[in-house]
Amino acid sequence: MENIPRDKLLGIYECMLRIREFENKIYYLFIDGFIPGTIHLYQGQEAVAAGVCANLRKDDVITSTHRPHGHAIAKGVPSGSLMAEIFGKSTGCCKGKGGSMHVGDIDVGMPPAIAIVAGGIPVAAGMALAFKFQKKNSVAVSFFGEGATNEGVFHETLNMASLWNLPVVYICENNLYAASTHIEKAFKITDIAKRADAYGMPGRTVDGNDAVAVYSAAKEAVEQARAGKGPSLLVCNTYRHGGHSRGDACTYRPKGEKEEWLKKDPLIIMENMLLEAKLLSADGIKAMKEKAEQEMIEASEFAKASPLPAPEQALEDLWA
Amino acid sequence: MKKMSIAEALREAIREEMVRDERVFCIGEDIGITGGFGGAFTVTLGLSDQFGHERILDTPISESGFIGIAIGAAMAGMRPIADFEYGDFAFCAMDQLVNNMSKLRYMSGGKVKLPMVVRVPVGATRRGAQHAQSIESYFFHVPGIKIACPSTAYDAKGLLKTAVRDDNPVMVFEHKKLYGAKGARKVEGAMDVEQEIPDEEYLIPFGKAEVKKEGKDVTIVATLRMVYESLAAAAVLEKEGISAEVIDPRTLIPFDWECVMDSVKKTGRLLIVHEDNYTGGWGAEIAASVAEKAFDYLDAPIKRVCAPDIPVPYSPPMEDFYIPSAEKIVKAIKEII
Repeated sequence: MENIPRDKLLGIYECMLRIREFENKIYYLFIDGFIPGTIHLYQGQEAVAAGVCANLRKDDVITSTHRPHGHAIAKGVPSGSLMAEIFGKSTGCCKGKGGSMHVGDIDVGMPPAIAIVAGGIPVAAGMALAFKFQKKNSVAVSFFGEGATNEGVFHETLNMASLWNLPVVYICENNLYAASTHIEKAFKITDIAKRADAYGMPGRTVDGNDAVAVYSAAKEAVEQARAGKGPSLLVCNTYRHGGHSRGDACTYRPKGEKEEWLKKDPLIIMENMLLEAKLLSADGIKAMKEKAEQEMIEASEFAKASPLPAPEQALEDLWA
Repeated sequence: MKKMSIAEALREAIREEMVRDERVFCIGEDIGITGGFGGAFTVTLGLSDQFGHERILDTPISESGFIGIAIGAAMAGMRPIADFEYGDFAFCAMDQLVNNMSKLRYMSGGKVKLPMVVRVPVGATRRGAQHAQSIESYFFHVPGIKIACPSTAYDAKGLLKTAVRDDNPVMVFEHKKLYGAKGARKVEGAMDVEQEIPDEEYLIPFGKAEVKKEGKDVTIVATLRMVYESLAAAAVLEKEGISAEVIDPRTLIPFDWECVMDSVKKTGRLLIVHEDNYTGGWGAEIAASVAEKAFDYLDAPIKRVCAPDIPVPYSPPMEDFYIPSAEKIVKAIKEII
């Protein structure tokens, strides 16, 4: 941590705060009926998106999942167009054609999030292959949950990514549950990073609630990819504070589990670290929280005030 | 002019496009291995000598993975040509083809582009049920994918070049019995459809059918190898005084409705032929649309000659029974005239 500039640490913290505020806002807006369908919230996992994306440039790309809001904010999708998209408004980052599970904005390096589990894993490798062809030193990062590592395409792609030395980084957010299924019920070997050995790439596990640990490990992986030294797999152990999606009371979780994880809330860890290192005062934290809160109030006002698309606009944007 | 088989014409199309545009590359199984086949049907034979193994990129047996990789590469500015050795293997990659390739542009609100080609060999060739299917209709159903079905060497070259230059995903369905009648990789029952190909460059626009034979009594719409069965049937019928018009739509998406509607308005009768099985085949869509839009012009029920609703059988007499033939087309036409 000593080697990380203060600005970088504050940037990561600010990103985590913005994600938390965004998701809290979405939660209440969903309950209030502003948001169609369903939502998959990211509270609890903020250190992963923020810590990883703090290593990325605008010309780097990411792929995301059915739980993409945090990744979108961390990669730089503006909160207003992100929220408008989740509202289904025409000012949304996908003009209302994507929705909560498909947010993205290629202008900041995020194609629409892919909500089929593991679906983005080869797509990230493909973007990395393009960078290699184009002799760019951009990097592709693929986010996915631990459940995705049991899909066949995870195996297919990590093998090819390593075989071809592609500039791609695989970030597995192990939040212990694939929907309601606990990792112990789905994996003979729960140490997912071990799978990297099978593909001949580095595999590491970090505390996914410690943003600094995530940042540092991802830095190594991103630099390795950028230097043409191939892909890696980084497993970030974390926990989602809420349910899998709307209306999930998490009755499949043992009593007390969430409370234990709440003590390890990534925001608390980061705040304590910043306070202890005297990089930020309590007032400074308060001011940053208020700023994030204000931003998301404005984002929700923008989304509320934005027009719905005309129904016939559904017929546009299929063909190039 | 140079005489070429469809495999050779496709190879020339790929070669020309790769020379013209460095963003174009090929990806698939067994396509560029030195000493290998050049794809299951020799289409990419020798191209790795010219372009190297990076641009003729051999993959492990990982269809879902390499199609997803092609999708990502296309989104990031490349123009991949992906190759399924046998169309049947496309089902391994259905998630990538249907959930990603066809939808990412739409889901992005029109912001991303996926200029990619997927080559899909189809047709029954004495290999049993899993190296035999004609699977155009699965993708015909999916919005966001263009579909080309070349039946001649001339069309194969022109359509594939157009496909490479299209900014949308295009699936090119190629019939195994039409690739060529020579060489070690030719299939049993392969037809010789070699053709003179012009030296100068040409493209064939999508959505433009070709009237293979003019006629006035009945319209036959057929693709791929069924074009030849239809022409053979038309020749038989001609001797009996029945004049059949044979139309090859060449692309199913976009479809040349104007050509087919005009023909049906002239003949009053429509027969659709495909090697895909009957239920839910693309012929059903053509029949339904013609019935909706040109009902008043029809003098007889629309007919379809398709494979029966069974997997492709192995034993030669059963496979021959399965595949639509000129005889079955003649019989069907006689039922409506």
